[in-house]
Amino acid sequence: MFRNQYDTDVTTWSPAGRLFQVEYAMEAVKQGSAAIGLRSKTHIVLGCVNKANSELSSHQKKIFKVDDHIGVAIAGLTADGRVLSRYMRNECINYSFTYESPLPVGRLVVQLADKAQVCTQRSWKRPYGVGLLVAGLDESGAHLYYNCPSGNYFEYQAFAIGSRSQAAKTYLERRFESFTDASRDDLVKDALMAIRETLQGETLKSSVCTIAVVGVGEPFHILDQATVQQMIDAFEIVGEQEGPAAAGQEASAEPEPEQGGAAAGEGVAPMDI
Amino acid sequence: MNFMASKQPENSLLGPEADSQRTLYPYVTGTSVVALKYKDGILMAADMGGSYGSTLRYKSVERIKPIGKHSLLGASGEISDFQEILRYLDELILYDNMWDDGNSLGPKEVHNYLTRVMYNRRNKFNPLWNSLVLGGVKNGQKYLGTVSMIGVNFEDNHVATGFGNHLARPILRQEWHENLSYEDGVRLLEKCMRVLLYRDRSAINKLQIAKITEEGTTISQPYSLKTYWEFSAFANPAQGAVGTW
Repeated sequence: MFRNQYDTDVTTWSPAGRLFQVEYAMEAVKQGSAAIGLRSKTHIVLGCVNKANSELSSHQKKIFKVDDHIGVAIAGLTADGRVLSRYMRNECINYSFTYESPLPVGRLVVQLADKAQVCTQRSWKRPYGVGLLVAGLDESGAHLYYNCPSGNYFEYQAFAIGSRSQAAKTYLERRFESFTDASRDDLVKDALMAIRETLQGETLKSSVCTIAVVGVGEPFHILDQATVQQMIDAFEIVGEQEGPAAAGQEASAEPEPEQGGAAAGEGVAPMDI
Repeated sequence: MNFMASKQPENSLLGPEADSQRTLYPYVTGTSVVALKYKDGILMAADMGGSYGSTLRYKSVERIKPIGKHSLLGASGEISDFQEILRYLDELILYDNMWDDGNSLGPKEVHNYLTRVMYNRRNKFNPLWNSLVLGGVKNGQKYLGTVSMIGVNFEDNHVATGFGNHLARPILRQEWHENLSYEDGVRLLEKCMRVLLYRDRSAINKLQIAKITEEGTTISQPYSLKTYWEFSAFANPAQGAVGTW
């Protein structure tokens, strides 16, 4: 995208019918670190890549619990994400208080989208620079939505946002048909695999990613590091064997020797290649 | 001249003029509502009387109304406040329908909404002078609850308002059980309504019984209960209690 004379404020249309400021806001989402979500009939898993600025600092919080039955993963301006999470929590708690019932995700998502739309139509505001993957349970089942800075929202079986999300999307596109009936653990495994795709060769460790689950009979919660590492170890070994067979795309040949190296570091015999 | 007078909008409840608008006592009132859970859903009964003090002035007041797809609301107390509550609920259900998604407000949600309304009004010393019974079925789950004018609310297998609390509930405690058939449920309700008819001065012999199940609501046409006034105790009321009148 290049600078042009129609991109100064959000209330200016371009002759081609575009609102550049809104599109620039969506760029901010693409620059944020990756977040992915996928769902089955009964569970939804959210995952994100956690990049700390330096070894000295802590990771940014990118997954927020909104209510027992709703959680959100963000990509983009995390400050904007935090503010929107607070709004969502507020809406959920108010609804719960009045009706003693959980707020249906579909309605929360629409409210969020309408809130984002307002910022695209006021000269004194700017669009929120954050994309949200909203995961929640309803009367009508498990849902995963993507909320855009433009005020649009879409429902997905699986989706990825943020930088290098295309790699994750490719993986998800290959596997999504199996998600509806997948077990909870298989869903988490697929989430970890998708996150690994976005790492483009870096080792997948529980310290670089966060996983959260919500499902029938399972309130939204973030899995702790130890559990995540266990799951990584569980399939990492399988992953090595699957390496040549799986992903015929770009990322396949590269990660393999790295995995072998990482595995060696954890006490498994190095591969004879 | 009061230069610093704060401007109130005409309909505000603050300031001295507003005191005359607060509810102090009810005018046109309905008497007991009785309801119970049975095998397929909820049964609710109420007579059709609207009393103006001690006068039985209105005899075709419908005190049970369907709310949305899944609930029934019965009310005793001030009839005009009941009508106001129906307007609130109408708006609530309308907005719920306007979402046009797969979700709908069930009886539990409506009951809690009403509890909030009643309690908030009570806190402002301007109550809606009603005791409400809210029953319904959603996704196979039966729900029956009550809210009073001060916001006291609870759920139970059988509830009653007004005189029903004193006369109907003891009968229900004895004779209610899980999975009552429709006929048994109606018979039990009629037994309660009959006692109320004999003993409650504001009861009239014209009632409606409403039923709600997963399929929907039915409110019966008004009908009367058979009564028997030739009990010897009625003939000689002072016999067992000397000095009574």
